[in-house]
Amino acid sequence: MNAGWLEVGIFLVVLTAAAKPLGKYMALVYEGKPCGLDRLLGPVERRLYRVSGVEPQVEMNWRRYAVALLIFNLLGLLAVYVLQRLQDVLPANPQDLPAVAPDLAFNTAVSFATNTNWQAYSGESTLSYLTQMLGLAVQNFLSAATGMAVLVAFARGVARLSAQTIGNFWVDVTRSTLYILLPLSLLLAMALVSQGVVQSFASAAEVTLVEPTIDAGGATVTTQSVPLGPAASQIAIKQLGTNGGGFFGVNSAHPLENPTPLSNFLQVVAILLIPAALCLTYGALVRDERQGWALLATMFLIFVPLVIACGYAEQNGNPRLTSLGVDQHASALQSGGNMEGKEVRFGAVSSALWATATTAASNGSVNAMHDSFTPLGGLVPMWLMQLGEVVFGGVGSGLYGLLIFALVTVFVAGLMVGRTPEYLGKKIEAFEMKMAAVVILVPPLVVLGGAALAVSTEAGRAAVTNPGPHGFSQILYALSSAGNNNGSAFAGLGVNNLFYNTLLGVVMFAARFWIIVPVLAAAGSLAAKKQTPVGPGTLPTHTPLFVVMTAGIVILVGALTFVPALALGPVVEHLQMIAVP
Amino acid sequence: MLRELRVAFVMLLGLTLLTGVAYPLVVTGAAQLIFPRQATGSLIQRDGKLVGSDLLGQAFTGDKYFHGRPSAAGGVPYNGLGGAGSNLGPTNPALAEAVGNRVEEVRKATGDSAKSVPVDLVTSSASGLDPHISPAAALLQVPRIARVRGMSEQEVETLVGRHIEGPTWGLFGAPRVNVLRLNLALDASPR
Repeated sequence: MNAGWLEVGIFLVVLTAAAKPLGKYMALVYEGKPCGLDRLLGPVERRLYRVSGVEPQVEMNWRRYAVALLIFNLLGLLAVYVLQRLQDVLPANPQDLPAVAPDLAFNTAVSFATNTNWQAYSGESTLSYLTQMLGLAVQNFLSAATGMAVLVAFARGVARLSAQTIGNFWVDVTRSTLYILLPLSLLLAMALVSQGVVQSFASAAEVTLVEPTIDAGGATVTTQSVPLGPAASQIAIKQLGTNGGGFFGVNSAHPLENPTPLSNFLQVVAILLIPAALCLTYGALVRDERQGWALLATMFLIFVPLVIACGYAEQNGNPRLTSLGVDQHASALQSGGNMEGKEVRFGAVSSALWATATTAASNGSVNAMHDSFTPLGGLVPMWLMQLGEVVFGGVGSGLYGLLIFALVTVFVAGLMVGRTPEYLGKKIEAFEMKMAAVVILVPPLVVLGGAALAVSTEAGRAAVTNPGPHGFSQILYALSSAGNNNGSAFAGLGVNNLFYNTLLGVVMFAARFWIIVPVLAAAGSLAAKKQTPVGPGTLPTHTPLFVVMTAGIVILVGALTFVPALALGPVVEHLQMIAVP
Repeated sequence: MLRELRVAFVMLLGLTLLTGVAYPLVVTGAAQLIFPRQATGSLIQRDGKLVGSDLLGQAFTGDKYFHGRPSAAGGVPYNGLGGAGSNLGPTNPALAEAVGNRVEEVRKATGDSAKSVPVDLVTSSASGLDPHISPAAALLQVPRIARVRGMSEQEVETLVGRHIEGPTWGLFGAPRVNVLRLNLALDASPR
């Protein structure tokens, strides 16, 4: 058996084992209890509140919470935009890069403020170190902290009885950043440097090639630039915060961003670590740990079969190459499989595990080029995004998305038996269902609407670089990614132009904030409700039955919405691939 | 509203200082102190000259060197500042054509027109900078290297064997050979 499959098994065990203590720790952080690090960082936290005028003990109702969140995120978006537009006159630009064009700067600013990290640019040749550090890396932390804050606010809404408030946004964001994201990033960054990820403020190092080579214009090239920069610090948070924006253009496929199988394993665990642990944090916050485990089980129930499907498709390779005399079998001397757009040190199955994890979470970093995946291997990551990024999903955002699906599940179950649905002792009524409907409908609306717009305009079609159904897949993937705040791509699509920068920028914005606001509204409405005693008609939400039902609803909604579009892209391509020798 | 705006502004500033300035500086300081070589690109020196990085592949096309994987990097193969994959879809005719041509080239170089060729040697990597090939792809090139360099196949094979890295701890990743390291060892070995 290929070592890659063993790695998948170890991955699942390590992830679950690490999620448990982290989940408990985060619950302490959000409940304001002593967590250990508060002795070290407490003074920093209190100073931050004092300087900015935050009253940490004053709680907010959902409207104030949402307003604070929107102002904070829009301000962050503006900061990233301005940094890019002025980077040519600002310091820390050793490569003398020019200011970023307005459409690209808009796209990138939205992308990072919405935790998407869609990258229409290549980092090493577009952005100064200052822009990367003060703009992108900061939003990596703050957009992640924002998602976690919304989740915690929702948990309070569920847990509280007849309450008007759901917490203080500033406190939630600060504590997420200080006590969770920063310390974990510091540890991961150092581990990554030990493997060879660069971390330096020097400009690129020049080395002399052992054998001179010829460039595209026919001239002899005798040197190679080894790009440097503060990469490890940014890569750590890009994974932990489900951001996914690479320091270098080819993201975690770049040997200086992900040098070894071990750095690869650490990064892929980091992708799902906080989303998995937050399930257990949620269980602790609502005073019922079983709820957390049930949510985590729901995620695994969808995730594991898809990892196997993707890994199987990629390890099987491309039949069109076999007939050319290419050996794609796995053996002790090669990992084999579909190796176009993959790195030898990872092999096919590790690459498939990453592709599944990065799209199950709304991370979007890649260690292989999804555009060159087999049709079915590429269908898996695309569909995982289309499921609404609720299988792990973004930090915070994935779980609040799945909780909305859980509300829909109790509603559907309630309809079946003709009783008022309730969730953890709260009656689910018309207002919550309206908000849930908005949350579930916005992403498909912007994904399919955007894809329709792109395929029906010249500008949209001009970006396609692969013929046939794969070209349609490129467009569908891009919209699925932006419309669910993922950020990965079928990267052949030429997206750095006015049309796509604008379209995808708007789509990313809608997919983030049009969901956050209704989720907070639902949280506010739940908080105000009284306890409904558990009766014989109550559907328990921690049982295997409920796990299967919730997963079923997620899959049903995702399948009904996207199967027609998927049939036109990856499915047709798969049939073509196996039909023609 | 205006008060919230002020709070947001100061919070953004404060958190920017923490996450955008203090954090990367602390990591850089610690990295330079504890892992100075890794933090600065894992550069390789030969005769006092920098000749590459452990982690970045280089383009080798000459007969006397082991060849790495095809590179789709921008401008020049293995361009350190322009890493890229081909992004060719699995059914794109351009992919089959490119792979077919590479198979022919490999077969010509090995002198065996029916040889089945390890997939990594004829497909372009994700980064365009992949420093590795599979052990199978390295062993395939042994006869050519031995012939051109006047070494015995046994000697070259031993050298390749010394450069094979298995999956880390037998668990993670795939078996591989670092092409630059292998070629440097070739240059250093007595003829």
